[in-house]
Amino acid sequence: MSTLIAIIIGALVAAGVYCLLRRSLMKLVIGIALLGQAVNLLVFSANGLKSANPPLIEASAKTLAEGTADPLPQALVLTAIVIGFGLISFSLALMGVTYQKTGHDDIDALTNTDT
Amino acid sequence: MNNLILLPVFIPFVAAIIGLIFRTLPVQRTLGLIGMAAATISAILLLNVVMEQDYLVLSLGAWQAPFGIVLVADLLSAIMVLISCIMGILVMLFSVQSVDNARQKTFYYPLYSMLIMGVNGAFLTGDIFNLYVWFEVMLIASFVLISLGADRAQLEGAFKYMVLNLVSSLLFLAGAGLLYAKVGTLNMADIALKLAIQPDSFLINSTAILFLISFGVKAAIFPFFFWLPASYHTPPTAISAIFAGLLTKVGVYTLMRSFTLFFNQSFEFLQDILLILAALTMLTGVLGAAAQYNIRRILSFHIISQIGYMIMGLALLTPLALAGTVFYLVHHIIVKTNLFLVGGVIEKVKGTGELSKIGGLYRALPFLALLFFIPAFSLGGIPPLSGFWAKFALVKASIDAEVFWITAVSLIVGVMTLFSMTKIWAEAFWKDAPEETENKVEPKTLKLMYAPIAIMVLMTLYLGLFGQGMFEVAERAADQLLNPEGYIQAVIPQSTEAISKL
Repeated sequence: MSTLIAIIIGALVAAGVYCLLRRSLMKLVIGIALLGQAVNLLVFSANGLKSANPPLIEASAKTLAEGTADPLPQALVLTAIVIGFGLISFSLALMGVTYQKTGHDDIDALTNTDT
Repeated sequence: MNNLILLPVFIPFVAAIIGLIFRTLPVQRTLGLIGMAAATISAILLLNVVMEQDYLVLSLGAWQAPFGIVLVADLLSAIMVLISCIMGILVMLFSVQSVDNARQKTFYYPLYSMLIMGVNGAFLTGDIFNLYVWFEVMLIASFVLISLGADRAQLEGAFKYMVLNLVSSLLFLAGAGLLYAKVGTLNMADIALKLAIQPDSFLINSTAILFLISFGVKAAIFPFFFWLPASYHTPPTAISAIFAGLLTKVGVYTLMRSFTLFFNQSFEFLQDILLILAALTMLTGVLGAAAQYNIRRILSFHIISQIGYMIMGLALLTPLALAGTVFYLVHHIIVKTNLFLVGGVIEKVKGTGELSKIGGLYRALPFLALLFFIPAFSLGGIPPLSGFWAKFALVKASIDAEVFWITAVSLIVGVMTLFSMTKIWAEAFWKDAPEETENKVEPKTLKLMYAPIAIMVLMTLYLGLFGQGMFEVAERAADQLLNPEGYIQAVIPQSTEAISKL
């Protein structure tokens, strides 16, 4: 399972970087989204993927018993997904306005502020 | 008492939220200014407490470290929070007159407060994932601020700024995930403890490189700097000034924090890389500036070269070098913000920052000339101004460490910095105006723009003439950075036994 996830992460990163290297603004945003998903998967699978009991503490115990899953990466990845969603929404909006104002979807046309 | 550490984050947040509810500009403006003033006072109190008891730790929700999120203030954090709050209020005051009304009405002040909140949060957090969240708070506020008003140039700059910073955040998140996979904790002090007990250079070095690239993009070090000169000259000056002063320095701060606290054991492997990056950062920044003829573009490139000095201090990692870096950070934040604001006044009065189109300002605005002269020559490192002492400490540290080539690079870059500053001085202030142009605004009416600049100039003079007190604080901060045991013990008191075994 871990191998499969690793391959998926690798494929997502490759696709994301490929999109980032294209000249279109839209593909740039898609590239960031793909990279974001790859990183989310990486964080999610950080502590290994194994079938385990749900992370619930027994009424009599104070700590988690052996053989329970690690709940932290899931909490992290939820936060990361929410933040990523906000950022992607903003970049889509910025892309839309940039396209309207400049009339270009081509990054090579947006070099007026470069030096 | 410990809750004090929360105030510099919480007060701007409250000011921003209430400002969003009352949507009229006067309310937002007053709230923003009151909020920043209150945050500054709380930051002063915080620094006072930290000076007395070295560390201040707050476990949020009373979840004990390493399980809960902690906010930690050591001297470096407290200094950075204070300077960010002071710059926050001064630049906010400047923006009252300098940012046009249309932009101010589109939630300028709440966004600005959010930005300062994110910056302060990043300085204070003791949790690696929480740091990621603060980065995002800071970034989203800065994305909106830099594109506010949606000029064509602004949008082009904002897009590059956004993409590069998002990619860097993703790299940081990946690094944090890998680090968690390795050590099973997110608390910085706990990470440091676990890595000290059980070093694993292979995985740690790969994570360290991810962090270096990610923070490097935010700090604009070579070769990740190109977003900065492409975007910082596009928004209104007040926004560029606060970005120039604070945002790249958050990157430098996180580099200092992570490489002194938990990547210190892999430091030998990284030291040469950091030194080379520092030298190249200094050189590219100053050479880039030499080719520019717009005030804000010149200043943007100089941010990069100055970041190089700070990275050089971090790479040398001696007590003097780190103290010099802390002093440099404070000096640079004040001076650079100050220079951007002077550029803003020139642009306001003359309508442009192109050096070929302006001139004769020495005669027309003698007071502004003085306000430019002091920070510019402080940046160039002329004694007895603050930049001289900052550079002097770093140069001496590099000689002591016997890394003479970096000494040479830093001195050459210092001279070339001076060249750039004299270029602005000669072109904008000394040469005759190319054509007689009417002032767009009567300079005498710009009191609210002059006042913050004058205060910053006084701060620069104070740091230069009476810098010893500040330098002693910087030395103490450096001492804390070089002995992370104190930090670990303050955050996790039960770790005393484990530390003593190290």
